[in-house]
Amino acid sequence: MTTIYRAKKIITMNPARPVATHVAVRDGRILGAGSLAELEGWGDYTLDERFSDKVIMPGLVEGHSHAMEGTLWRYTYLGYFDRMDPNGKVWSGLDNIEGVLERLKEADAKLEDPDTPLPGWSLDPIYFNNERVTREDLDKVSTTRPVGIMHASGHILNVNSKALELAGLLKTGLNNPGVPLGKDGLPTGELKGPDVMTPVGMHVGFDRDMLACDEQGLVDFAKLCVRSGVTTATDLAARLPDDAVDMMSRVTARENYPARIVPLRFHHGVTPQELIAHVLELKKKTSDRLRLGMIKVVVDGSIQGFSARLRWPGYYNGAENGLWYISPEHLQDIINSSLEHNIHIHTHTNGDEATELVLDCMEEGLLKHPSRDHRFTLQHCQLADASQFRRMRKLGMCVNLFANHHFYWGDEHYNLTVGPERAERMNACATALENDVPMAIHSDAPITPLGPLFTAWCAVNRLTASGRTQGEAEKIDVDEALYAITLGAAYTLKLDGEVGSIETGKRADFAVLEDDPESVGGDKLKDVAVWGTVQDGRIFPASEL
Amino acid sequence: MPVTVIGGYLGSGKTTLVNHLLRNANGRRLAILVNEFGELPIDADLIEADDGDVISLTGGCVCCSYGNDLMMALMDMAKMEPRPDHIILETSGVALPGAIAGSVSLLNDYVLDGILVLADAGNIEERANDKYMSDTILRQLADADIVLLNKTDLIEEEQKGSLVDWLREKSGAASILETQNSILPIEIALQSFTHDDGFSADRSTHSTSQFETKFYSFSAPTQTQALAQELAGLSQIVRAKGFVPNENGKLKTLQLVGQRFEITPAPENVEAGLVVIGVKPLPDLSHALTGI
Ligand SMILES: [Zn+2]
Repeated sequence: MTTIYRAKKIITMNPARPVATHVAVRDGRILGAGSLAELEGWGDYTLDERFSDKVIMPGLVEGHSHAMEGTLWRYTYLGYFDRMDPNGKVWSGLDNIEGVLERLKEADAKLEDPDTPLPGWSLDPIYFNNERVTREDLDKVSTTRPVGIMHASGHILNVNSKALELAGLLKTGLNNPGVPLGKDGLPTGELKGPDVMTPVGMHVGFDRDMLACDEQGLVDFAKLCVRSGVTTATDLAARLPDDAVDMMSRVTARENYPARIVPLRFHHGVTPQELIAHVLELKKKTSDRLRLGMIKVVVDGSIQGFSARLRWPGYYNGAENGLWYISPEHLQDIINSSLEHNIHIHTHTNGDEATELVLDCMEEGLLKHPSRDHRFTLQHCQLADASQFRRMRKLGMCVNLFANHHFYWGDEHYNLTVGPERAERMNACATALENDVPMAIHSDAPITPLGPLFTAWCAVNRLTASGRTQGEAEKIDVDEALYAITLGAAYTLKLDGEVGSIETGKRADFAVLEDDPESVGGDKLKDVAVWGTVQDGRIFPASEL
Repeated sequence: MPVTVIGGYLGSGKTTLVNHLLRNANGRRLAILVNEFGELPIDADLIEADDGDVISLTGGCVCCSYGNDLMMALMDMAKMEPRPDHIILETSGVALPGAIAGSVSLLNDYVLDGILVLADAGNIEERANDKYMSDTILRQLADADIVLLNKTDLIEEEQKGSLVDWLREKSGAASILETQNSILPIEIALQSFTHDDGFSADRSTHSTSQFETKFYSFSAPTQTQALAQELAGLSQIVRAKGFVPNENGKLKTLQLVGQRFEITPAPENVEAGLVVIGVKPLPDLSHALTGI
């Protein structure tokens, strides 16, 4: 059964015929793109005109996201920017503490049991002059139920008195840099860093079950994919115990599940040997819409949390260098074994010292286990300089840069974390391309919203939230950005033979758009409206989710 | 429950120490928390049952791995029945034990007893100059209450002297104990260093402390009563605790606070050794300790 779709324009990402008017689909795959006359040669067909006023491009690929974003939307959104939830409701951004408290009070009023926790997320006080939300503020929302707000960065939690009381921390005499104290000697309710957040977080709804993606979360995450034109998305990363994998296999196999999910196995908690053995087992469970068998290794922390590992001269504000989350020996061991067993690794490095360590270990590992096409990918890799991109190229590595970060925290990086010069070269897309490093760009949802067209806009314009252009020299053009969110990202996942372009033999994965991203202008890329997606030939209008 | 944090880089002997402590638990129910099982190949004869997340060990001890979720693991452990007597938290090789101790101190079920950091005598200085690990190693040493200078059999005597000086400079007020094969009496490893006002996450208060701790081992019998009286007579000495061989070579428990002391028969299977805590600089006690 062949269907030929007519569109206003089809952007194929196939240089042999970059645009077409029709695409023929059979059994969820693409027969070809071209003119109707060309495609008629495939035999009997049905002509489907529903997209005749739409622009079709390859289904977008998000190379660094977390399915947890689907779960977070069950909590109250308190971010500064407007953001769309899985059901298509746009939550307006909040630009002051009163607004935050107001929205929490509305959520509080809907809860009947006075003890039910009330969690909110995506607060970012840097947009209201760094004014902090205190325990007393949140007590105005409720004194009976624990209330907690996770910051957008994911590194800070603000809670009310009840939450502190439940965790046994509403007391004087605490002496921990992650727990600031008020004039009364009691905690202000701000909790910084994962170890400090965990014991209180569990009382406000941020427990371990929430942080792993559950069934409803996985369904909601896919809805966000459809709304942003994404047909393939990573879940980076999880422990992937058997019950979670069974759940993900079951959910993604549903007839109406609209996305291909690529979960990576987190390196923590097991030895390199156990890690490799587990991933080899996972590989056997891979399916069309659940691609298993890759590893994520976390090497350092985050720049805005001052836990990223920076090379000399370190942080602009003089903060002490960040933290290693793995030893060089352990990293080397995982890299060697993965090269040996042909397992694909993505590494998280934010600071340039962490990136340097990965490059050193790769150099060493490849001497032992030469690999022609490993495509190990440096994720975030925000501070890499030109010499590091040259090494990446020589070592056959890919990079997935955090273009969105530049918009959300670029001003912070300029003023505080790394200072003006390095802030301007952060997420150096142009340098990556100049040095022929295969490149993707990402959102790291839920840290920033899922939306590759927005991410492309960030890379093209390099505007910060305050409206400054930061790093003119690292801007890329629209074609390069569109490539990065399709074939570029697919390449980093070794899926470029299957998805990322519209050409014969590939999956019928399309982003269906109301506007043409090639002609709206780079400054309007983020405003390109998404109608929905086609995934494996199945049609998913965002309006009917 | 008291918690002792054991830190130090890879290969410094943390695992051997943990195994040694398990063998000398003497009825204490120890719970070992490790970053990952792989870093703790617990001696096979100590393992009674392995059900994945928790390994049951002889003498009612257990071992669990925490991966990247230490706080959750600690909160789970607080619910364990019967409760362990002492938690030994072995950190990963790159972790900062002071930060981990600071987190532990936020949990009401736990009290931090001390931080023990192992240093491999053969390579600690080299590690402290490593391109990537230098500051991590130095921060680990600065966090310590006890630095266990391990594998001292691998280096020359004069080298050891300068190494101890170097460690003293890097580790502030920590006591520096020399060992081979991570052998350290459990009473010393698991002693409490916490101040009365609770553990301070800011270790600087500790590093400027005027106190000093020294560990003495015994290779010959002593006149235990006379030794205790001598220690009690020294005003600088605040506390002493350990096991001392008496005239007949029998081990006695010696506990001393200020001028009061008590000598009682030592439990079985303990090793000779005495920890002395006092105001810096501690006097030379070698004549009193070398015995008869
Ligand atoms: Zn991420």
